[in-house]
Amino acid sequence: MFPLTVENKHVAQLLLSTGTCPRCIFRFCGVDFHAPYKLPYEVCQKVEASGFEFTNLVLSISFPPQLSVREHAAWLLVKQEMGKQSLSLGRNDTVQLKEAYKWITHPLFSEELGVPIDGKSLFEVSVVFAHPETVEDCHFLRAICPDCFKPAKNKQSVFTRMAVMKALNKIKEEDFRKQFPCPPNSPKAVCSVVEIECAHGAVFVAGRYNKYSRNLPQTPWIIDGERKLDSSVEELISDHLLTVFKADSFNFSSSGREDVDVRTLGNGRPFAIELVNPHRVHFTSQEIKELQQKINNSSNKIQVRDLQLVTREAIGHMKEGEEEKTKTYSALIWTNKAIQRKDIEFLDDIKDLKIDQKTPLRVLHRRPLAVRTRIIHSMETHYVDEHHFRLSLKTQAGTYIKEFVHGDFGRTKPNICSLMDVTADILELDVESVDVDWPPALDD
Amino acid sequence: MATEPKTPEAALAEEPAVPSLVDHYFTCWYKADVKGKRCEDHCILQHCNRICVITLAGSHLVLQSGKAIKSISYQISTNCSRLQNKVSGNLSGYGAQFLRELAPLCKIYCSDGEEYTMSSCVRGQLMEVNESILHKPSILQEKPSTEGYSAVVLPKFEESKSITEGLLTQKQYDDVVVKRINATTATS
Repeated sequence: MFPLTVENKHVAQLLLSTGTCPRCIFRFCGVDFHAPYKLPYEVCQKVEASGFEFTNLVLSISFPPQLSVREHAAWLLVKQEMGKQSLSLGRNDTVQLKEAYKWITHPLFSEELGVPIDGKSLFEVSVVFAHPETVEDCHFLRAICPDCFKPAKNKQSVFTRMAVMKALNKIKEEDFRKQFPCPPNSPKAVCSVVEIECAHGAVFVAGRYNKYSRNLPQTPWIIDGERKLDSSVEELISDHLLTVFKADSFNFSSSGREDVDVRTLGNGRPFAIELVNPHRVHFTSQEIKELQQKINNSSNKIQVRDLQLVTREAIGHMKEGEEEKTKTYSALIWTNKAIQRKDIEFLDDIKDLKIDQKTPLRVLHRRPLAVRTRIIHSMETHYVDEHHFRLSLKTQAGTYIKEFVHGDFGRTKPNICSLMDVTADILELDVESVDVDWPPALDD
Repeated sequence: MATEPKTPEAALAEEPAVPSLVDHYFTCWYKADVKGKRCEDHCILQHCNRICVITLAGSHLVLQSGKAIKSISYQISTNCSRLQNKVSGNLSGYGAQFLRELAPLCKIYCSDGEEYTMSSCVRGQLMEVNESILHKPSILQEKPSTEGYSAVVLPKFEESKSITEGLLTQKQYDDVVVKRINATTATS
């Protein structure tokens, strides 16, 4: 049963004298001794208690910085012994302590938690170890390499792992050996876990929304802590997702946006919601359909379609739409002068009209002053009465429609007032379509 | 080319001669007899986002007297032209000239030799001046409350409300104009 050979004896004696534990000695000598290695069970407990749903995980381990010093000392000793046997050893020829630790503990974590460890997993468990007893082990490095240890704003101590590693790379072997024993002294206690954090990477949900209310902002409208209008498009959609995905928070974005008093009809406007630190991430397409139904049942101000999980990369398609694609609108226009059908017919024939729009006065307090050239691709008029007509327009993305109608003090040129030589204003505006073919349409 | 002079009563009846857009989002404030000059009345249109558009009030002499405007200039002194106002980049109003209430905006030169100066009437950053009135001065008289505006001023956020303290509301202005009319009729 005693598998060590005579060749191992010298090695075993040297290691024993430094306080290395017998199990490690056996391992080091290549003995396949299957013994329970110390697994931080409190980590497993915390992970299980955290309420996350996961099918794999990535482990992020942080060792105390001073451990690098001890590792360095051990390596110098190994290099020295190899040298005696006329063998040279590079730093990369040895196995890093953390690697070895992972080799041992990953299978144990995996078995305990019932899932594989996968470097690409979105679910991250980070564990930070500390060893208060040896905290001062690395302090001698500051005297030798002072510029490695500059104080920075966020750090509690200048002795970070990065700083210690940097200094160890710089320090000469003789200087190191003068200050630190090789092999290192035996500590009294093992490392303790001081921090365990579980977090899941963000997941993304996309869809298209219709807006049927003329009194709903896209994002919450709050001034001086006081909410000016009830709810918002983003809250009506995201609140349900936040609950079901058990996420900490969300980020809502869409392919353009409309004003409070504008409806979004047709196929709706593409949107994407980033759910931050979701605790639940696995949903069947049936479950997503039910979630869509739930959102639609809870409000008649908005409706959602094509709700689906998407990747972070896919979001690019949506923002692409904002700059390049066209949009169509329908506006109800009032004129001060009485008009007849023939007075508006000419608008139907205008194609690809170039207009110059100075930043509208209504947004000038938060947008830079600039002139933007935009194209009105086509228009279609529908006479209502002597002072009203409906105008359908297809325009380049980023066109301010209201300003094109009333002229914004002549700062949008040309405009409906100048084209018709009347004073006109817009009474109602609807978005009829947002011509972006993302996210993919789903059958109902 | 001058427009037909309106009687003060007619002008009052029409005020505010602005499209409904203005009614919804803008509030009309007035300053009468600016810089002590009789009937040099200004109308300041303040948007709910605090931005002010400076215009001539209907009762201003330039709109009342039937005069022809020869030219308009933004060169208000040897060293200062409002056209040189450069508003840079993303920060609202950064780099712009800061105006006080009585800061001159532009000079209106009439064919009869008379000269009128328009003033800012409110404190704030000068965002832009209307260059189209330089090319076609008659717009100032044809559409004083829309295309004929003179300048756009952005007050400081903390002064959004206080800048209107020295100005007249629509009702107060109407009273001033009526008093003026009565005073004129009384003496004639």
